Parts: sequence; C-alpha cells; structure tokens
Amino acid sequence: MALKQTTGQKITITIVAWVIGLLLFFPILWTAIAAFKTESDAYTLPQNFLTTPWTLENFGIVQERSDYVLYIRNTVIIAGLSTLLGLVFAVPAAWSMAFAPQSKPTNNWSGYKWLAIIFGSAGLAALVLYFMGWHPTNFLVGIILLLMFVVPVSAWVWTRATKDTLLWMLSTKMMPPAGALISIYLLFNRNGLIYKDWGWIDLSDYNLVDSFWGMVPLVMLLNLPIIIWMLYTYFKELPVEILEAARMDGASLWNELTQVLTPMAMPGIASTCLLNLILAWNEAFWSLNLTNKFAAPLSFFISEYSSPEGQFWAKLSAASIMAIVPILIVGWFSQKQLVRGLTFGAVK
Amino acid sequence: MGTIQLKKVRKAFGESIIIPGADLDIKHGEFIVFVGPSGCGKSTLLRMIAGLEDLTSGEILIDGKDCSDAAPASRGLSMVFQSYALYPHMSVRNNIAFGLKMAGETPEQIAPKVAKAAETLNLTEYLDRKPGQLSGGQRQRVAIGRAIVRNPSGFLFDEPLSNLDAALRVNMRIFIMQLHKDLGATMVYVTHDQVEAMTMADRIVVLNRGNIEQVGSPLELYNKPNSKFVAGFIGSPKMNFIEGSIAAKHKAKTIGVRPEHIDIVSGKGEWQGKILLTEHLGSDSFLHIDAGDAGRFVVRAPGEFAGKPGDSISLKPDAARIHKFDAQDLSIR
Repeated sequence: MALKQTTGQKITITIVAWVIGLLLFFPILWTAIAAFKTESDAYTLPQNFLTTPWTLENFGIVQERSDYVLYIRNTVIIAGLSTLLGLVFAVPAAWSMAFAPQSKPTNNWSGYKWLAIIFGSAGLAALVLYFMGWHPTNFLVGIILLLMFVVPVSAWVWTRATKDTLLWMLSTKMMPPAGALISIYLLFNRNGLIYKDWGWIDLSDYNLVDSFWGMVPLVMLLNLPIIIWMLYTYFKELPVEILEAARMDGASLWNELTQVLTPMAMPGIASTCLLNLILAWNEAFWSLNLTNKFAAPLSFFISEYSSPEGQFWAKLSAASIMAIVPILIVGWFSQKQLVRGLTFGAVK
Repeated sequence: MGTIQLKKVRKAFGESIIIPGADLDIKHGEFIVFVGPSGCGKSTLLRMIAGLEDLTSGEILIDGKDCSDAAPASRGLSMVFQSYALYPHMSVRNNIAFGLKMAGETPEQIAPKVAKAAETLNLTEYLDRKPGQLSGGQRQRVAIGRAIVRNPSGFLFDEPLSNLDAALRVNMRIFIMQLHKDLGATMVYVTHDQVEAMTMADRIVVLNRGNIEQVGSPLELYNKPNSKFVAGFIGSPKMNFIEGSIAAKHKAKTIGVRPEHIDIVSGKGEWQGKILLTEHLGSDSFLHIDAGDAGRFVVRAPGEFAGKPGDSISLKPDAARIHKFDAQDLSIR
C-alpha cells in the first residue's frame, strides 16, 4: 500500500513515535541508571542523575547478599526444562490438530449432561473425602477419587471439535492466576490428596513447594496453551501433501514427526521456544508464591530487595538489571525470529 | 504385477457423497487416465487407491489382495503429487532415498538405486541441491525419481503437470509416456486436461459428479461416447450440440457433431450460416458460426481458411458422424 505522506505528517509521526517509545522505555532507562547510583542518590528527590556520582557498589552488595549464580541457574533450569517438556506435549498436540482436525464433536450430549457428569462425579469424590476426614485411608482410594474428577473432564475435552479444544486451551489463560493460587498451593504443599506416610513411601518427604519437580511442570502448563497455539498456526501453513508423501514413502508416525515435520517446522519451533523461554524467564506470580530458596528463580531474586523494611531502589535496580540482561541479549539477537514467530499465520 | 480392482468403492464426507460407488478393473501395465471437470471426485478416487483417504464402503484389491484398510506404503504404489511435495529440508539425493531408508535398506543398497534413478531422470548433477534450488520441471522429475526408486507395482499421478508451463508440460508428457513404456508398470493418472488424457491413456475413465460415466480407449470415447457429457468432454474444440427441430429430424432430443465432421460446401448445404469469428492456428482454422435455427457452433476448416467474419457459408455435416442423444442425455445407437 502506497500511502503518500507530506513532510509535516512525517515529522509529526516521527515525534509521536519517539515520545511513545521513550515513555515505554523510560522505566527501564530509569532502572538502568538507578542501578549505578548510591542508595541515597537513587532515593533523593528531586532526582539529579546527571550530577551525582556513578558507582558499581550495588552490584557488589547484591552479589554478596544473594547468590546471583544460584538464581540464574534455577531460572535456566525452570525456563529451559519447561520449554523442552512443553514441546514434547505441544508438537504432537499441534500436529494432530493441524493435520487431523475434528470438525464436529464426536458425541452429541448436551452441555448440561456434561456439566452434570463432571460436577456430579467430582462432588461424589468430595463427599467421600469429607466423610473420610479429607484423607483417604488408602493410596488406591486417593487415586480413584482423583480420577473421578480427571476422567470425566478428559472425556469431555476428548470428544470436542478441534477448534473448541483450542479455544478451551486459550480460555485457561483468561482466568486470573490468583484464583487458582490456594488450590495449587495446597496441592504443592501437601502433595494433594495423597500426601501421607504410606509405609512403602513417605510422600511428606516430597514437598513440591520450592522444588523443580513442582516448578518445571507448573511453568510448562502455564505456557502450554501458547506453545500449542503457536505451533498449530505454524503447522497449518505447511503443505499436507509433504506428510502424505512421507506416508506413501513408508514413514511411520514417529519418522513422519521427527524426520519430516519437525525439520520442516524448525523455524516455527525455534521462535516458539524463544517466546516460551522469555515468558518462563519472566514468570513471577507463581515463583514468588511457591518458591523461597532452593528452586527460586530470578524474579524471586529481584523481590528480595523490596521488603517491608523499605525499598532499596538502587539495589532493586541492580538486581533487576542483572536479571534481565541475559534474556535481553537473547531477545536482541533473535528479534527477527521472534517477530516472525508472533506474526506467522497473520499474512499468507 | 500391478493390477488394481475397485469394487463398489464409495466415499462420503458426512452427508455429502463424493463417490456413490465406483467399479473398475485396471490391468497390469495399463496407462489409465481419470479425467473429468474439477470437483468430479477423480483426485479423491486416486487418493483412495493410494490409501491417503479412507473408504466409506467397498473394496480395493491390489494384485488381487484386499488393500482397503492397508497403510499407504504397504500397497506397493508410488504417488506423484501436483505440488511435487518434496521434502524441502533434504537434498535431492535424500529426497529420492527417503522411501528406501524408511524400508530399512542400508546405504550400500540405496546408493546405486538412487544413482540409477537420477541417471534416468537427468538429475545426476543436481543430487546435492535442495528442492528450493531447482526449477519446476526439475522438481517434478525429483518427485518422479522418488516414485520410481522404490520399484512399485503401480504409479499414481495426481495432476502432475498442471503446475508446469505449456512447453514443459508437453515435454514431461512425452517423458512420462516413455517412462511407462520403459518400466511397463501400471500407471493411474489424474488430469482435468482432456488433451493429456487422449494422448497418454491406454484407457480413459471419465468421471462426472463421482460417477464413472464411461471407460474406454481414447478413440472409443471419441467415436462412441455413451452420453452427452462424455461427448462434450472428449475432443477439442468441444462437440457442437443442436436441439430443436433439427434434432427432431434425427429422432433425438439433441444431436452432436464435432467441428471436424462438418464440411464447408459450395452451393447449398444442409445448414446455412454466417461466420462470426475465425481462429487461425496455422494447421487449422476454427470458425464460429451463427446458423440461425441450428444455433451457434464451431467448424474446423483445414489449413488457412480465407473467409472473413460476416461471410455467408454453407455447411454439410458428415451423416455417419452425427451423435444422437435422448432426453436423459444418453446416446441413441
């Protein structure tokens, strides 16, 4: 589209763009400057960052007080493993939805019937639990009660048309996470229903709070809808004939996925990974609530400098800069991939 | 061996019936062409033979064995797709070798087969290139190479030439015919281009709305079409159809005469008309004629025809070559 612009329009647009850009960038700029000032200079009003001396002491103090390496290691583990684990689930899911979509629900039960089944069996399980004093006396009973909720929900999802499943996945991102905080915390803290010393295994030894066993799957599940959506839109653009050709050539399902689809979709998978890595890296809500030392990531590291005793703005800024620099570098060098990843499917 | 038998093969997507029931016997070594207008189910039928599409009911026998539910690769057929469907991330060599690799052959077994296929197809110097670095014709040859290297009992072609330009299409057409001669394998070829069908086929299968209208050799279909649809579809330019009193004189609802079976006569002919338009092809001229009661139709004049638009002209159809159709559009013989 050729839009003719006058010089005046050009100047106006340039100025507006710069103002918006600076407004958006200002908090980061302020953080970056405050990190190199003393605590009092960062705090004093009116601020005069140009005349006050520059210092590196905040970084030294932050490193001394909290072990940056530990946190960055934890973040890499959580972000990296959750991304890899997410791909393991998302690639087959997106593949089946893109190349073998279900256009209509496979059964025609009404929504009320499904609601009755799901809530009925879940309520029944809760009732049994209530009379047992919230702790099943037997491991098997605990599992059965859990399945009484999981199975009908899975059955419902299983029978839905593909586009409904996709929407349902996305809808999980619409719920405020705080709404699920208490139940997730209880599941983590007490291993849900089955937390107990069962004799052959003492589950109270395996608390999921502040552990990678808890955080990696959690962060993976948080971002799974986005990974599946991105891969789905990408896979949909691939010509299905190539997969059919592979089938004619005798490729098994595994070979079709690993030798034809995945290499062909590599750019899409790479940008999906990248976005997921950034999302997982910046995840704060669940990390702050469910970790405190052993599996705490960088977002926890930053929050350590915002305490009820007072805001240590210079140190907080230094910690923030230390936390965002690695992902900033990764993002900078992969801008092209990211933009492509976020816009594919938008233009044919 | 490469015989393919379809028995009451039926395909429906939910409510809509694509193929109501097709029966067909394909003999070993035959070159069969499925032809019909777009949406007639010819590609679906081919994909069902390939195993890429499930049968709603019916049976497909390949070499006498029931393959209705067999996996595509186990049917011993190779397919060439319209869009080439090459693996974009693999070199030409690996594209051709992929099927053999999947069949569990060792690199030592694969190398000579790939080399031989590449030689047959003049691809030897391109073996290390990626499909993206090849022209359309070269890509189509790679797709054919991928098909022949597995030494299948039958080949399936799904409109393989429709993405190529006209000159290349003629070359590839001859190439595929030569390949059929050399390999002696059964080939099933789908096209909407009746010229391709006429020139290549041993037998043509004409499809209309999922139904097999007629099966026969190109000349059989040309000379003895079963229905008005086949008569109109085979032959270029199209057969002229005339209804009304002229058709009634022949005791038919419609009569059909091909442009090449109408003579231009001096003096009084059977029909009088006026030239509306002339198309000069050099070897022939096609005249579009308005013949009053008989309607508009096309006549072929051999060589360069001197008449101009507006000239009056007398025509005489070859009486033995007039096709008669009844109210159901079926041939009266």
